[in-house]
Amino acid sequence: MAEDKGRPGPALRIRNLVRTFRTPRGILRALDDVSFEVAPGTITGIIGPDGAGKTTLMRILAGIMEPDSGTMEILGRDPRTERAAILDNLGYMPQKFGLYEDLTVGENMDLHADLHGVPLERRAALYAPLLRMTALSPFIGRLSGKLSGGMKQKLGVACSLVHAPALLLLDEPTVGVDPVSRRELWEILRTEVGQSSTTLLVSTAYMDEAEKFDRVVILYNGKILGEGPPGDFVTEATGHVFLLSLPDMPPRRLEPEIALLPGVADCSGSELGVRTVTLAPSPPDLPPTLPARIDPTPPVFEDAFMLRLALRMTGAGGENAPASPRKELSWGGGSGTKKGGEPAIEIRELTRTFGSFVAVNRLTFSVGRGEIFGLLGANGAGKTTTFRMLAGLLLPSSGTLRIDSRDVTGGNVASLRGRLGYMSQKFSLYAQLTVLQNLIFFSSAYGMGGKRQRDRVEELLEFFDLTPFKNESSGLLPLGFRQRLALAASIMHEPSILLLDEPTSGVDPVARREFWRVISQISLRGVSVLVTTHFMGEATACDRLAIMAQGRLVALGSPREITESAKTPQNLQPTLEEAFILHLEKAGTLEAAGARE
Amino acid sequence: MSPLTDSARRTRAMIRKESLQILRDPSSLLIAIALPILLLLIFGYGVSLDARHVPIAVVEEARTPAAEGFVAGLRHSPWFIPRSYPDIHDAVAALQRQDVDGILWLRENFGRSMESFRDHGVHVVVNGVDDNTARLVEGYLQNTWEGWLEQRNLRGRTLSFLPVGLDMRILYNPNVRSRDFLVPGLIAVIMTLIGALLTSMVVAREWERGTLESLFSTPVTIPEILLGKFLPYFVLGMAGMGISVLMGHYLFEVPLRGSLFVLTVTSALFLTTALGMGLVISTVSKNQFVAGQIAIVFTFLPAFILSGFIFDIHSMPLFIRILTHIIPASYYVTILQSLFLAGDIPGVVWPNAAALLLFAIFLFAVLFRISRKRIL
Repeated sequence: MAEDKGRPGPALRIRNLVRTFRTPRGILRALDDVSFEVAPGTITGIIGPDGAGKTTLMRILAGIMEPDSGTMEILGRDPRTERAAILDNLGYMPQKFGLYEDLTVGENMDLHADLHGVPLERRAALYAPLLRMTALSPFIGRLSGKLSGGMKQKLGVACSLVHAPALLLLDEPTVGVDPVSRRELWEILRTEVGQSSTTLLVSTAYMDEAEKFDRVVILYNGKILGEGPPGDFVTEATGHVFLLSLPDMPPRRLEPEIALLPGVADCSGSELGVRTVTLAPSPPDLPPTLPARIDPTPPVFEDAFMLRLALRMTGAGGENAPASPRKELSWGGGSGTKKGGEPAIEIRELTRTFGSFVAVNRLTFSVGRGEIFGLLGANGAGKTTTFRMLAGLLLPSSGTLRIDSRDVTGGNVASLRGRLGYMSQKFSLYAQLTVLQNLIFFSSAYGMGGKRQRDRVEELLEFFDLTPFKNESSGLLPLGFRQRLALAASIMHEPSILLLDEPTSGVDPVARREFWRVISQISLRGVSVLVTTHFMGEATACDRLAIMAQGRLVALGSPREITESAKTPQNLQPTLEEAFILHLEKAGTLEAAGARE
Repeated sequence: MSPLTDSARRTRAMIRKESLQILRDPSSLLIAIALPILLLLIFGYGVSLDARHVPIAVVEEARTPAAEGFVAGLRHSPWFIPRSYPDIHDAVAALQRQDVDGILWLRENFGRSMESFRDHGVHVVVNGVDDNTARLVEGYLQNTWEGWLEQRNLRGRTLSFLPVGLDMRILYNPNVRSRDFLVPGLIAVIMTLIGALLTSMVVAREWERGTLESLFSTPVTIPEILLGKFLPYFVLGMAGMGISVLMGHYLFEVPLRGSLFVLTVTSALFLTTALGMGLVISTVSKNQFVAGQIAIVFTFLPAFILSGFIFDIHSMPLFIRILTHIIPASYYVTILQSLFLAGDIPGVVWPNAAALLLFAIFLFAVLFRISRKRIL
């Protein structure tokens, strides 16, 4: 097992790998001439949005899928002839962690050890550090299905490490996992690589994880968009990133204007201004109508990614220009047009228990009209439970809940359902129905009919660029389009309050930008938007944030206020993610102290 | 470590894993243990193909001693509950209300013209809606009638006008209890259920949960995975069969005339084909819901309807009769019925067992051919 590690040469050498799939929409080139190498004992990240080809690449390397063409050398061996020897030294964790939920933590680890032929006498020595790192020792006898998402993910990693593999492949180990668990996982992986010189290949859709890798390979639509140390990419974007602000224009209004300017690769609004990436290393050319202040800003990896992508697109004839022409969405009926006044949502001491478990614990906050309000928290912090109570799907155990100044604590949300739009994590679309049929169904469900329904469906198809796909099964659409369709369905009836539960997880950054552009446009119409997310970049685009931990509210305020409150003598300029983790840790220690009393 | 011990260790790990999953998942134990008990109780007590205590209308136009004697005989029979009606119209009305399943109409001339074959003065009307009961009622009445005649003859009051008597003996199921016939068939159905329904879920479940993906990236081989799936469910299936045999023999007093050894060997063969079918279905469908549907439509229902368990194969149309030959359960039902009711008859047991063996070999050949350590 461990004998192969000293082998010279790269741990992985991939040449001209191609893999295609036949789909109803034609031939999909999931991997299109992919070549790269991985040095032993390093961490390499495959970064790319959903559908980039990451999982296909991982599966081919793990030997559970055949490439159409191309050659590979894994741990110095040819998988076509020496697959068995490679498998002995390979660890692989698929996206769903590959755990048996009805087996305990210990039984899952034993299974992997047995299958890899790890002798019984060596197990204690191998398990001990893994259990210590993952903090799973107290749960060794617990069924893995009863673990939290973060713990499952750690167990999945532990299982793929029981035989001390020379090469570890992790397919999106951090997807849908909260920032705290993500950080803990990275500590485990770094320790493992440092101690036993395991070579690690990790795929991720989170751009902000890039700095954790020794090298990154950017994959987009099956092609390599770039490869190298993450610092190189960031350096490349230096001089391309600016913060634009205009005193009498909120960033949310400014952002769509900037997006239309020539030479702009990417832009996104935040509280402080509009972060803009330009194609050339010079400030954007602003028209006289937009006398915005331009401040150069140090780039981050995501800026570099968007820059590379935009350069590639314009190089290829600009067939996929980042910003689509401005479109207006009608939002009639004065339902949510009035600003100020009574808050749209008012929650007081809201509590929900399931048996002895307190899912939401005396939550108090309010959301103003036209406000984008972000709800952050680790997995299981109570966000989805709160959403379900707001949507009238779950009755509160105690406390009050007012929507549009009406008390709906008793569950009489039904009368207000026309004012609520709800988009769940899983999009709740009928996969077998076409785009058009889905929209007609949802509009009928809201009691629309006749010309009004036809016009609205037509308008939404047009607005979300879904017209070309209107007769396709929604289940076959790419994720970004499905997300747009789900949003279209949830705003069909022009609600005054929009509830979005992790609307963008796993979605392409380009699609995510467009999604937020629509959200901010809707909010400017006076619609209150309540959103949960694991992306810190999206959190900064919110007006205010609430951070939840163990069902309680641990911080409330604008993104700036939240980061201010997390200032410590050691860290004078914390990022939002650092602030978030700090608040959760504080809550964790409080909880622990409370438990001891 | 030698390759053999490595392989044995992996197989053992797969078997242990699968057994733990069976023990922790109440649904598989429910199907394997509770379902046989439930089905046996329903079929043993609830469903009976015998007609007993059938309500029958009796219209006596002739109050003769002969008629009285005949009706008294009816009263003592376990098959009928005679109810008297003053005239035929009332009796027909009762039949239409389904208060009675048949009418025995003793005309005025009953018993008078005993010597004539043409008219005994007895009319029988049977409700033909339920043809099975109708035929039984007809048969039982005929039997009672002949018995009564015979008794009269024995008393020597009249000449024996039945010089050639029909002496009927029912072989193998002398009590003509349908339960004795149903229970063996039921065992085949139960084993099909355990074999195909349970295993059709297990590979599909691993596809759905993504666990197969991580299994495939370990050195485990396809035969090891399949053996790990096969053996635990084989044990579970044999346990289900054991329960059925014990319940059938001790609770429902079905005789077991064949040897336990032959029963075990042929059951193991049949279970192997059922498990093979389940595993093939599961491997092809990769989806638990679809797998369950296919298993019910292609294994359980045919076993129920076309195996000869309830419906006689010989009375089916030719096309359906040909179809029954590709249903392993039909061979097994034949074996079981002969083992339980007649004993080890080599001429019945071994050709049918050979057919089961061919099925098992075929299914596992297919299974190995379609199982690859690849996804897509």
